[in-house]
Amino acid sequence: MTSLLVIIVLVLLAVALWQLTKIFDLTQVGSSSDSSQVANDKDNNIQGYLMFGFLAFLYIFTIYGLLAWGDMPLHTPASAHGGQVDNLMNITWVLIFIVQAITQVLLYYFAFKYKGKKDQKALYFADNNKLEALWSIIPAVVLAGLILYGLYAWTNIMFVDEDEDTIVVEVYAQQFKWTARIAGEDNVLGKANVRYIEGVNTLGVDLSDKNAEDDIVVSELHIPKGKKIHFKFRSQDVLHSAYFPHFRAQMNCVPGMVTEFAFTPIYTTSEYRELPYMVEKVAHINELRAKKSVELIAKGESGLDPYTFDYLLLCNKICGASHYNMQMKIVVDTPEDYKKWLADQTTLVAQVKASLEKPAEETPGEAKENDTVAAPEVAMK
Amino acid sequence: MSAEGHDHAHDHEHEHHHKETFITKYIFSIDHKMIAKQYLITGIIMGVIGIAMSLLFRMQLAWPEESFKIFNVLLGDKFAPDGVMANDIYLALVTIHGTIMVFFVLTAGLSGTFSNLLIPLQIGARDMASGFMNMISYWLFFLSAVIMLCSLFVEAGPASAGWTIYPPLSALPQAIPGSGTGMTLWLVSMAIFIASSLMGSLNYIVTVINLRTKGMSMTRLPLTIWTFFVTAIIGVISFPVLLSAALLLIFDRSFGTSFFLSDIYIAGEVLHYQGGSPVLFEHLFWFLGHPEVYIVILPAMGLVSEIMATNSRKPIFGYRAMIMSVLAIAFLSTIVWGHHMFISGMNPFLGSVFTFTTLLIAIPSAVKAFNWITTLWKGNLQLNPAMLFSIGMVSTFITGGLTGIILGDSTLDINVHDTYFVIAHFHLVMGISALYGMFAGIYHWFPKMYGRMLNKNLGYIHFWVTAVCAYGVFFPMHFIGLAGLPRRYYTNTNFPLFDDLQNVNVLITTFALVGGAFQLVFLYNFFASIFNGKKAVQNPWRSTTLEWTTPVEHIHGNWPGEIPEVHRWAYDYSNPEHEEDFVPQTVPMKPGESVLHH
Repeated sequence: MTSLLVIIVLVLLAVALWQLTKIFDLTQVGSSSDSSQVANDKDNNIQGYLMFGFLAFLYIFTIYGLLAWGDMPLHTPASAHGGQVDNLMNITWVLIFIVQAITQVLLYYFAFKYKGKKDQKALYFADNNKLEALWSIIPAVVLAGLILYGLYAWTNIMFVDEDEDTIVVEVYAQQFKWTARIAGEDNVLGKANVRYIEGVNTLGVDLSDKNAEDDIVVSELHIPKGKKIHFKFRSQDVLHSAYFPHFRAQMNCVPGMVTEFAFTPIYTTSEYRELPYMVEKVAHINELRAKKSVELIAKGESGLDPYTFDYLLLCNKICGASHYNMQMKIVVDTPEDYKKWLADQTTLVAQVKASLEKPAEETPGEAKENDTVAAPEVAMK
Repeated sequence: MSAEGHDHAHDHEHEHHHKETFITKYIFSIDHKMIAKQYLITGIIMGVIGIAMSLLFRMQLAWPEESFKIFNVLLGDKFAPDGVMANDIYLALVTIHGTIMVFFVLTAGLSGTFSNLLIPLQIGARDMASGFMNMISYWLFFLSAVIMLCSLFVEAGPASAGWTIYPPLSALPQAIPGSGTGMTLWLVSMAIFIASSLMGSLNYIVTVINLRTKGMSMTRLPLTIWTFFVTAIIGVISFPVLLSAALLLIFDRSFGTSFFLSDIYIAGEVLHYQGGSPVLFEHLFWFLGHPEVYIVILPAMGLVSEIMATNSRKPIFGYRAMIMSVLAIAFLSTIVWGHHMFISGMNPFLGSVFTFTTLLIAIPSAVKAFNWITTLWKGNLQLNPAMLFSIGMVSTFITGGLTGIILGDSTLDINVHDTYFVIAHFHLVMGISALYGMFAGIYHWFPKMYGRMLNKNLGYIHFWVTAVCAYGVFFPMHFIGLAGLPRRYYTNTNFPLFDDLQNVNVLITTFALVGGAFQLVFLYNFFASIFNGKKAVQNPWRSTTLEWTTPVEHIHGNWPGEIPEVHRWAYDYSNPEHEEDFVPQTVPMKPGESVLHH
């Protein structure tokens, strides 16, 4: 029945359009003997004004966007190199806004100003080497500046000095979860390959490797403030991308290959929560969630929990059906808290031993294994 | 480089032309004008499907996991039980939307239509160099489109690994159901598509080089022909690389090789693959993938240049600079693919090189934009629908192009890579811009194709609603992208962090639905005008180029008598030495007339 109605509406709409064009055509009959479907002076005039109107729309929409959504973009970087990224970003934005503002005005203003009239002739102006040189050279100079700054920042960020004092952490990706492995006291990760995956050892760490003895595997990563963290990424199945938006960091996780990225966190989680912009953002989000909860409860469903900010690691490369729900919480501690947290963790080797001793009892490791197996079912939904 | 000899032979053939049957005229036609129409109609049908898919997943994004009856009707009980879109079909829709729009609409639909229609007509040739190969090219394209559409109906669903089909996701059915039969059909379809595209491109190149009429030197060619010519060259260089990537992927999927796969543990077992690398696939894919965006946008630029000059009643500003910038863009387009891979794990030093080459592209692009704007300056603008779409194209090209400076800079790309910021950027700069170019071309050359005019008032309605909605959809996406929202998320409800973006998503979808609905105005105008449009005169836009010297009724061989000779460049509009505000290319130079160009 609904589909029939929809079809009827569509047919009627087509008929209405048909009639409308007939009317348009008829109104043209008297005017200038012209039903040629080629723009005449009247059309040029109306369309010229609309061009000007569209320019206004663009500007108003841009300003509205900046006012209404200007607080959405990521703010205050939480990593040492983030300031450099944001600085370059801001410079680029200023340039973009200047160019955008000028070119769009010229484009639409000319479209309005030079709208055609009968018996008017255009200026025969086909070439001007000076003008063309001008707008080749200006972009070239500006871009040279951007390129140089960009490359300077890029080199600083991407090349990790091996001698530097860092904490080595492996981030391990699989459909659809993250796991982290901390290199432990020796700060060297044990060798690993998917062929070693067995039971609790879901990351495929080579347990016979001496460096693996103190490796710690966790599902919620803690890192200390002020220390450079050298991340090494692995994936066991498909491409994933480890995206740490607040740290301005991202790197793909590629099966069969280890990729790297390093950054220094400069705000602990609780410090970042206290930032005025974050307080405001979280308050706003909670307002929205409270509203939604009321709706949900009215429908008989359970409400939403209030939100507190946490750093997140997201997957940012399409990796399967549950790609949209692949995340890990990251906690930045003060160095003291980090030490305490680290002391509470058991090494992978100890976990494996424990699981072998009491296979009946469910260990955290086995729970993980179950997750992996359950994943395809989630995917099928 | 004239083609007199050839003309002669062709004239001869033309006189003895045998009677055409329905099948040879409308179906297996070797006439470039008919093939152009076939490309256009096929492109429009694919476009309707591609855009409809985007509306479906936009609805899911605005109202996540809500039940819509239309989902159930269109997607079936398996993928939309109770009208709620499932997460795997969401990814399938995103994938097929991208594939259809990039390849079937904006490559074949745009380039196929206008290269076929305009190359012989504007250079003064009776037909393409090989009419038969041209026909094969269309029918291979048709076949690949049919296979792509068939893949929508396989049991596990169509390919769902994103239009970039990165392995291992695209190689392993265990990773995502769409990587089974759906992916096989995708690869087969694309292999056939590439064959079609190569035949078309070779034909365009040969035709432009060999079949220009007397007097039509390369520097008298309309910019449309220049862009089609250069596009065809990029296509010939880059499409075979995608074919090789597709073939190697087929090998990995079906014959157990390890070109792209290594060390994989999935669904509880270790697979045998060893030594391959997905990064290799990314290189091969983007070696086509990036030139591909120029394959899409260059023809649109050519159409827009031509339409702007005609409707401004002014020569295109900086004709030679326009050609140089097209060549520069074409050259640079083949050495920038790595900017899609800054964070793929490739050596950061390579990232530096690609940042450098990528940002260089901004220079020829800026030259083009400024030249278009200067073309409008002191013109006598005839604001026909085609002209509106051309101005709109320059606008979206600038808006979208500028954010490319952010994405092309490796340092900035780190944090916006694969977010909605990317979606906003490329939809504006290549999606909407190329679509505008295509619409502009359709409004402008419809009289040439069908001998009738499109209704201008419907054209105006179509343009203004589309223009507002295009910005309405893609402008807000910059903000949610800068907020860090990744693309290809079925819903962002699992991240309370993004809760405040939801209102924006609703706004975007509303604009998308309105804009999508108003494309029906265009469809109606297009199909109704084929049969009922006002009959066109020979040269409705008072244009200088050769296609408007052919009769309105199509004849095989294009010109009833001799092929006209060309005496001047293509942009003699408002030449002060002439009474009329346009001087067709066929008009001989007056004695003593100053030669501005050639």
